Amino acid sequence: MDNISILIGGKAGDGIDKSSLIIGHILAQLGYRVYIYRDYPSIIRGGHTFSIVRCCRDTIATHLDSVDVLLALNQDSLDLHKSRLNTGSLIVYDSTSVKSDKGTGIPIGLIIKESGAIDIMRNSCMIGAMCKALGIGKDILEDVFRKNISREIDLNLKVAFLGFDEAKESVRIEKLKQKALPLITGSEALGLGLIKTGLNAYISYPMTPSSGILHFLAGVSEKFSLKVIHPENEIGVMLMAAGFAYAGERTAVGTSGGGFCLMTEGFSLCGMAELPVVVLLGQRPGPSTGLPTYTGQTELNFALSAGQGEFTRFITAPGDAEEAYYWSGVSMNLAWKYQVPAIILCDKTLNEGTYSFDIESIREIDAGGPLLWDKAGIYQRYKNTRDGVSPLAFPSDKDAIVKVNSYEHDESGITTEDSHLTIAMQDKRLGKEKYLLKELEHYETVKVYGRKDASTALLFWGSNKGPCVEAGSKLGLRVVQPLVFSPFPSRRVKEALQGVKRIICVENNATGQMADFLKCRGINVDQRILKYDGRPFTPMELEQKL
Amino acid sequence: MGDTSLITNAKNTWCSGCGNFAILNAIKAVFGALIDEGTPREDIVMVSGIGCHAKIADYINVNSFYSLHGRVVPVCEAIKLANPKLKVIGFAGDGDTYGEGLEHLVFAAKRNVDISIVIHNNSVYGLTTGQYTPTSPLGFKGRSTPGGTKELPMNPLELMLASHASFIARGYSHGIELLKKMLKEAITHKGFSLVDILQVCVTFYNMYENYNARVYELKDHDPSDGSRALEKIKEWDYNSDAKIPLGVFYKKERPVFEFPPKIKEIDLDAKIKGLLNDRA
Ligand SMILES: Cc1ncc(C[n+]2csc(CCOP(=O)(O)OP(=O)(O)O)c2C)c(N)n1
Ligand code: SF4
Ligand SMILES: [Mg+2]
Repeated sequence: MDNISILIGGKAGDGIDKSSLIIGHILAQLGYRVYIYRDYPSIIRGGHTFSIVRCCRDTIATHLDSVDVLLALNQDSLDLHKSRLNTGSLIVYDSTSVKSDKGTGIPIGLIIKESGAIDIMRNSCMIGAMCKALGIGKDILEDVFRKNISREIDLNLKVAFLGFDEAKESVRIEKLKQKALPLITGSEALGLGLIKTGLNAYISYPMTPSSGILHFLAGVSEKFSLKVIHPENEIGVMLMAAGFAYAGERTAVGTSGGGFCLMTEGFSLCGMAELPVVVLLGQRPGPSTGLPTYTGQTELNFALSAGQGEFTRFITAPGDAEEAYYWSGVSMNLAWKYQVPAIILCDKTLNEGTYSFDIESIREIDAGGPLLWDKAGIYQRYKNTRDGVSPLAFPSDKDAIVKVNSYEHDESGITTEDSHLTIAMQDKRLGKEKYLLKELEHYETVKVYGRKDASTALLFWGSNKGPCVEAGSKLGLRVVQPLVFSPFPSRRVKEALQGVKRIICVENNATGQMADFLKCRGINVDQRILKYDGRPFTPMELEQKL
Repeated sequence: MGDTSLITNAKNTWCSGCGNFAILNAIKAVFGALIDEGTPREDIVMVSGIGCHAKIADYINVNSFYSLHGRVVPVCEAIKLANPKLKVIGFAGDGDTYGEGLEHLVFAAKRNVDISIVIHNNSVYGLTTGQYTPTSPLGFKGRSTPGGTKELPMNPLELMLASHASFIARGYSHGIELLKKMLKEAITHKGFSLVDILQVCVTFYNMYENYNARVYELKDHDPSDGSRALEKIKEWDYNSDAKIPLGVFYKKERPVFEFPPKIKEIDLDAKIKGLLNDRA
């Protein structure tokens, strides 16, 4: 057995999240590639919460509908997921609190009580039972526990071993001969990519699904000398970011659609004042507050048009943790090189999904620092150059007076309403797009998977990568992923679609935003497969729809 | 450096007699003094909002960030936090920062970021031609309230005290010496400082005569005494015809919001690898 899905469920507050991560680490230790999907309501206590840990020999980025192992800490976990079980599925449940006519009951509640442990340790006991059922030894269990649990480790191990001893081995999951990879969330990958390219400041007001990035970066702020700030609101976030960029600090902000609404005036300021700021825009179903803890690809249109006026922006949509790392780094570098704001479209699936992460498989990110002032003559912040990129200086740089301005301005940054200057400066800012697009030719802005000569193409973006690549490859389709939306590499996308007779677009939104976007660029989509219930696609679901 | 004067070649478009000229002249003198005393000119940064007041950024030849309406304060905070050696001074309107962007002001005061905020308080929207602001008196007849406002003004200094601002002062655009002294003191104060300047708008709300008859300079006032400061701050509520005290009401140093100095030369790749090892 080398492709296995484990669902662990309980109520919010049961520690399902942490347990799924521990299960993931146990499987990673055995050489498996892991993906963890988390499903939880916007409630802190009570309510049904579950995670699906899937592992495979090869890299994966999606979960499956059916599960091979169901670990039920409460009755809901069993009742709500019956449809996921197949004939061979293994059920382990807490017989103290769950009634079932199938599977292995472990008196977890009783074990906890008799060992003087506390309720939250029920999942440790469950994991112990799971290990035994899957033929995983106590040594690996203990190793992973010691590495991941800091509080009451002895008691946790004790109940885990008692759970282990109560269960019986049903199958034996084999150990693979490949290196164990670390597990990180998409949020952590995004944060690490920014760190890699010199992040100095991260500013964010908490909002799902971007809070994980804030928490991660705040946690490592000392290690990486980061200035992490949680200000009064998202308007403050964006304006602070603009201030940091002006002062020469590499800065990113994180939010979701609602917060980005508040940021748009400042985003446009970054366009006008040519201040590089990277926005991590975590999408979720809208409009308005929508489904806070669920997923969606709702903000492509918004990202493309956010902010008043017309200006150059960079927009990318990575599809898994490795792409998240790479493209967040690239976004930071390109934002600085071209002095434009950048948006990374991410979502709950990507940010809160956990992936096996192989840093060595990722391309080196070009260092390409920004163009700095050569200190000759009088400094002009908006010097009009051939490619529109003005040399940078920062306040406190000797002999430079650095003036930035939200009004239309002349080369030295002073307000103007002059007609010729207005045109010249608008052309300067918009002209950068052409050079940025040219630079993007050195990047893999479009990827093709599956059968590369197939005449039917499955077109997707962002976190749909996992299910689309899996389902498309299985069905022998050409699977195409644009990774950059602004400036849009039209030529590349058209090349990737050469010879295709039928295009099917897969999106997690209700209208088909990418399909509409492509139509304006002369690419006609024949079929749209849309899903907007806040849940990600699974490969099987896609196969059925295709 | 070629041109060391503090004047740019931007054309000044304030109405003649506008109180903004006094603020411009006072701050130029203060910058001049700071530079003479050894602060490099390159270490001074002005931030402004949007409104008549904000044009000051175009008129002085130092680093400047001409920001958005209401958004002077977060930009100031960020610049200071990014580079602590800079002297960061924000120039904001009363509509701008007591109205549109009030929340930023409260938070910057509460955090005590080491910046100075100067409010050009003319109790009117100058640039958009004469509407009421948060400090216009009850019954103010502006272009959006022709029948007179039905709301009381707020006392921004009282709000600042409640928000733990560590320096609170009021100035007046008539009498440049007091202005200079106050602005210099605010800039040299370590921590958040707010200077509310009664800046007369001759075109939409000319209060020169009225203010001239009522202002007086605080004497024998101990600015470290919070309850005395509150008493003096409450003497005029921005609505009544009471006497108007000018000067430093409150001043008390407390820990500022700042970050530890940057670690130089981090081996990023090694640290990222280390972090990933912890996740393996
Ligand atoms: C978000 C936003 N809303 C409205 C405006 C229009 N606006 C420009 S200046 C101003 C009022 C200025 O009043 P104040 O801040 O008191 O400055 P003053 O002109 O009196 O110096 C307004 C409403 C704007 N620029 N931005
Ligand atoms: S409108 Fe008022 S504030 Fe504006 S420049 Fe004229 S006098 Fe000054
Ligand atoms: Mg005003």
